Amino acid sequence: MDGPVELPDRHVGWYSIDDRDDERSDAVDLNLSEEQEQLVGAFSALYAKESSTDRVRTAEESGHDPALWDRLREVGVVEMALPEESGGWGASMVDLALVAEQHGRHLGSDPLIEAQAAVRLLDRIGGGAAADALGRAVSGVDLVTLALRPPRRGALALVPSGAVADAVLFLDGDRLCCLRPGSPRATVATLGALPVADLPVSDDVVELAAGAGAVEEYERALDEWMVLMASALSGLGGRAIEIGVEYVKERKAFGAPIGSFQAVAHGLADAATAVEGGTLLSREAAWSVAADPGRAPELAALAFAFTAESAREAAYRSLHYHGGYGFMLEYDIQLFFRRAKAWPAQYGEPRLAYARAEARRLARNATEA
Amino acid sequence: MDFSLGERSDAFRAEARAFLDEVFTDEMRAEMHRTGVRHNWDFHRAQVERGWLAPGWPVEFGGQGRDPMEMLAFAEEFQRAGAPTYAVGTTLMVANIIRHLGTDEQKRSILPRALGGEIIIVLGFTEPEAGSDVAAAQTRAVRDGDEWVINGQKMFTTNAQEADYAFMLTRTNPDLPKHRGLTTFLVPLRQPGVEIQPVYTLSGERTNLTFYSDVRVDDGLRIGEVDGGWDVMTVGLTFERSGAQGGESIRLLGAMERWAASAEDGDGRPRGEDTDVLARLGRAAAENEISTLLARRSAWVHDSGGLPGVEGSMAKLFASEALTRQSADFVDLLGPDGIRSAGDDTAVEGGAADYAYRFALGATTYGGTSEIQRTIIAQRGLGLPRH
Repeated sequence: MDGPVELPDRHVGWYSIDDRDDERSDAVDLNLSEEQEQLVGAFSALYAKESSTDRVRTAEESGHDPALWDRLREVGVVEMALPEESGGWGASMVDLALVAEQHGRHLGSDPLIEAQAAVRLLDRIGGGAAADALGRAVSGVDLVTLALRPPRRGALALVPSGAVADAVLFLDGDRLCCLRPGSPRATVATLGALPVADLPVSDDVVELAAGAGAVEEYERALDEWMVLMASALSGLGGRAIEIGVEYVKERKAFGAPIGSFQAVAHGLADAATAVEGGTLLSREAAWSVAADPGRAPELAALAFAFTAESAREAAYRSLHYHGGYGFMLEYDIQLFFRRAKAWPAQYGEPRLAYARAEARRLARNATEA
Repeated sequence: MDFSLGERSDAFRAEARAFLDEVFTDEMRAEMHRTGVRHNWDFHRAQVERGWLAPGWPVEFGGQGRDPMEMLAFAEEFQRAGAPTYAVGTTLMVANIIRHLGTDEQKRSILPRALGGEIIIVLGFTEPEAGSDVAAAQTRAVRDGDEWVINGQKMFTTNAQEADYAFMLTRTNPDLPKHRGLTTFLVPLRQPGVEIQPVYTLSGERTNLTFYSDVRVDDGLRIGEVDGGWDVMTVGLTFERSGAQGGESIRLLGAMERWAASAEDGDGRPRGEDTDVLARLGRAAAENEISTLLARRSAWVHDSGGLPGVEGSMAKLFASEALTRQSADFVDLLGPDGIRSAGDDTAVEGGAADYAYRFALGATTYGGTSEIQRTIIAQRGLGLPRH
């Protein structure tokens, strides 16, 4: 055997490979349940069929693929996000995160993430106007989305899926409101070919709730959007690594596959490590919503910020190792490279999310001290 | 899906924390800092008394049969406290090798003393001319009847001055190809011909350069076959690498968060309200969480019956590179005060940033450099071809 050796690190030998009990410990289980495996299998198949890169390219003009969204609605992506007592399927955040990973892997041109975060918010607010809006969303009459930033100068800028949504939930001061945007809406050309829109806050606005409780629920919706976006970015990053690995195994230069050169291999190893770490963090953030709610808001923002960076790094590395071909529209990797930056940028730069998380950590430290 | 370490681990963690609070004193910390020796016999004996030298080992060997998750919680606590772990770690690693590959006589004579805390075994792999390429070892062992005569030198023989044996990789047949002429021995260090020369590292830790001149070792202390040393290394080194990761980073961030909560800028505004400060701390918080998760994944793979090779490399690579990045950033974040050294009374939060800045570069090397880890990940994880 001629190859690198793993030298021991500081804790080797604290236990050995056959010291395990017969039964596993009662802890850490990174396996998916059987139901979750089925869920991932089903959505992986759906996206593979309805969101091929050809379909993604075709949808780039509007950023929205109505046939894909119809199909997702048929299988119940809106209902699944709602609790059973509200007539939904009661999927956990982990379940939703696993679906979002598939959305990301396949670059779904669909409003899955913001639609799920929005209906969950409507459900938590409840009552009059919110219940009406929720009813229309569940029945499929309306597509409801979530604005990630408050209005400025009378408009909501770059609202996710704002070009195709029938209703937009947004926070204005401590008022949680629902806007029914007018039409026609100008399509904004964006880096990620996203169906975003700049929406004037017209007269057609209904207040759903106000006060500290409204702000809290909106912030929670934003956290959930971040967790699901982090999951999508994990899926995107993972697929980008696969594309890069496939390419560098095949492509030869100087008489060898370029993946055998350390300059290439090590860049992919770093990117793959970051993507796997980000995937673990995203899943932990989703898991914590039910299991460790005190840390959930902090983990959501951390996962979002980190995966925004790691997905971009993965797509960038993979594109770069394509050489000149990576620069050609014809190769799929550019689809990933553009979305890796554009998807999270709908909220803002990763640093803002890191700061959001850290402010919560400092507040928690102060409470615990 | 479950990311918690479980109730058993939580309980064991609480016990470990209480033990460390009681036994790992400020005096011990100060002495470790002063001498650079990351070993303390009083602490070591307290660990033995508590039955915690090797709680992850089976009961018949003097362990407690703790599972990998409990041991991870235990290791996380020791790391967070900055308690000494390295001498015990190397001793148990070699004990593991002996348990699997040693003779009955070696098991009888070495294991009870190693697990009983009576002896310390250090590693003698690295040489001045052989680091990551460990099979390039040149230290010679020549047979002389029932004994072997050893000549050569080993680098980074940490804790040799406290130790009874070095587990040593030697060249027994220079005519064979590089990986075939190697043999491993348990070399008694307390004998004439062994010279231990202290070497001090960037972060003040003491290690050693050790010289061996006509040092004798009984053939009974040979581990594995003659010229079969590489097999021993391969088997020995597949023992898990799923230790805790990121302990230094977690302590560093804790110090920086205390600073952010109390320090003010020139206009009297708390630093902890500054978006730039928050973003930089938050980035470290994300990295630390991932270091913890990658280590837990390794332990989980192990617990599920696998060998966490690539997972262990990812955990080690990520945590050590994150510490390197963070420590430099935090020295900057503190401004000119960032260069006040650990141990200086004027230093911010005990000079945590200065210490981490120094310490971090060792972390990216020991246990296999980052380049070695990346190669393992690329070839075994991603399936990229060898050059």
